[in-house]
Amino acid sequence: MTDKRKTDALIVHRPVFIDSSQLSIPTLRILKDDGTLYPDASLPDIDEALALKIYDTFLFIRALDERMLASQRQGRISFYMTETGEEAADIGSTAALTADDMIMAQYREQGALAFRGFSLDQFMNQIFSNELDLGKGRQMPIHYGSQALNYMTISSPLGTQIPQATGYAFALKTQNKPNCVICYFGEGAASEGDFHAALNMAGVFKVPVIFFCRNNGYAISTPAHEQFAGDGIASRGVGYGIKTLRVDGNDVLAVLKATQEARRMAVEQHEPVLIEAMTYRLGAHSSSDDPSGYRNKSEEETWRAKCPVLRFKLWLIAQGWWDEDQEEQRKQAHRSAIVNAMKKAEKIPAPTLEDLFSDVYDTPPWHLQEQYDALKAHIRKYPEAYPKTSWRLDHE
Amino acid sequence: MSKINLLQAINQALDSTLAQNDLAICFGEDVGHFGGVFRATSHLQEKYGKQRCFNTPLTEQGIIGFANGAAAQGMTAIAEIQFADYIFPAFDQIVNESAKFRYRSGNEFNVGSLTIRTPYGGGINGAHYHSQSPEAYFTHTPGLKIVVPRNPYQAKGLLLASIRDPNPVIFFEPKKLYRASVGEVPDTDYELPLGQGDLLREGTDITLVAWGAQVEAIEKAADMAAEQGISCELIDLRTLLPWDRDLLAASVKKTGRLIINHEAPKTSGFGAEIAAAIQEECFLYLESPIIRVTGLDTPFPLALEKEYMPDALKTFEAIKASMTF
Repeated sequence: MTDKRKTDALIVHRPVFIDSSQLSIPTLRILKDDGTLYPDASLPDIDEALALKIYDTFLFIRALDERMLASQRQGRISFYMTETGEEAADIGSTAALTADDMIMAQYREQGALAFRGFSLDQFMNQIFSNELDLGKGRQMPIHYGSQALNYMTISSPLGTQIPQATGYAFALKTQNKPNCVICYFGEGAASEGDFHAALNMAGVFKVPVIFFCRNNGYAISTPAHEQFAGDGIASRGVGYGIKTLRVDGNDVLAVLKATQEARRMAVEQHEPVLIEAMTYRLGAHSSSDDPSGYRNKSEEETWRAKCPVLRFKLWLIAQGWWDEDQEEQRKQAHRSAIVNAMKKAEKIPAPTLEDLFSDVYDTPPWHLQEQYDALKAHIRKYPEAYPKTSWRLDHE
Repeated sequence: MSKINLLQAINQALDSTLAQNDLAICFGEDVGHFGGVFRATSHLQEKYGKQRCFNTPLTEQGIIGFANGAAAQGMTAIAEIQFADYIFPAFDQIVNESAKFRYRSGNEFNVGSLTIRTPYGGGINGAHYHSQSPEAYFTHTPGLKIVVPRNPYQAKGLLLASIRDPNPVIFFEPKKLYRASVGEVPDTDYELPLGQGDLLREGTDITLVAWGAQVEAIEKAADMAAEQGISCELIDLRTLLPWDRDLLAASVKKTGRLIINHEAPKTSGFGAEIAAAIQEECFLYLESPIIRVTGLDTPFPLALEKEYMPDALKTFEAIKASMTF
């Protein structure tokens, strides 16, 4: 018998159509808004050191996002994206992983990267597209990546990383590596064909991947109810035969707990997992967007009150691990470090002309070499027209 | 006549279409209430309702598949792909479906009432995923028409013609010019012909051809050349498929020289097609090799966009090289 379809599991004799009311998906929540625990809540594995590392990453990202958005407004950088309001989702989930688990992010998960140890200078060099940027100044700000930190370089096209995560996880499983991939995406990107292909293949191949959806309510201007008609993204996991869990994305303890469990299933049993974190994008989609055109302030205020950072802070204080003095000190320290790093990064020159041509292939073929030589000759002739590269053309 | 920018011209063409044609719908990511990320569809939902101008889920393959279906049923489907860089998930629907609908069915069915609008090109610090010029992937596909306007007047007339053309059209909008290009545009409805280039400056020594935002580069280069006594003839192709070979060939037969300028990479860019066709038509008239001034054969960069672009200076150098060959 190779036909394993279930055609006679339950036979009925009149038509019975099912809908999402047959499937009720619970939401995991551990911390109340006031920072106290639900009495029967099952806590994640967390100690003071981990808790403070998570919280410090929250503070760092808030400070970074605030400062860089302001810099964009001042014209110092061309573009920026904040993750304000969603910090518990990406940082809390990454905190459940080991440092050699792969992260494949969308573009609003700088917190996960900061948690992994991407330095402030590395952030700045990428944002300012200077010659020290690991991505060699080729992509827009916030398209970070680091081989050393197992953080796949961001690609703007939506959803492309999701089936890649399935393939990457397959490779880990095939080589018996004790690791998993976490793949972040938004509820909008989950409409892309790539999402469906990825979940289907992960279910079929049983690979160690955690699909982590940040359901933040909006894809640029499009609200979730215009994005899909079903019960969120979680309901789809079931259809693809994938273990699925919905979590309060603003409750970092719940996110951590969910992802710790998911990692165990992924790594130990090769069970792909889908986690849908319910959260809210408090800021604009990007520095090019203005949300006042498509949603109202009162909605934003409702979610501001559910601030994931504040909720966790209240819990930390109740543990005796944190206080307001420390809070002020750390915020100030982050702010001044960021300003100093920014001033440093914006003085570092743009990448060299050679970096325009390198990495198209492992080595440049004849036609690229020819174009490189021709461009050099042209820039030598008109150095004032190409100031970013002409000044050191002959010193490369 | 009103002085408007290129975005407003596109908005007027869409408005005019929705007003006149009850079967016309326009849709895509964020095009509804928000009016699109560049605001090309501003106020259209307000005016015509959610049935006529609406948001789609975030799926380009879905958008074009849906558009093919609606067009096959007879509706005038105007789909927006938010950036040309994001058209590739819809490649199958465009190349295998839109383009071949009529042919494969023996004209039993067609999607001729489909128009795909999409912003393309550099100039906004967009790096490789918000700057590409993917026209040549589509000019290689029989069954499609490919149109690129250079200013507000052209945009309105060409978009109206594209929407009404009984073939699927991809309308590439130069996003760099959306607000930067301002000009006089008739308030009334008008069409500019598809398949015809526009001779925008007559000259005697050399022909320069471009389309979309790069027309600016050849105009500037022609001005620089004029100061050295070189007379350039300028042609905006406007439609790349089917393109106005006769207009260009007549010009090259007169001048004997040709520079092609496009923003996309050189290798297999549409310039290669032009060069091949013109040498077939004009071999004995050519005084120098046809030169392509194009984007580099690299992905579109960010920090070094200026270096990448086939700008006026590079075009001017090519003019001199051609003249002194």
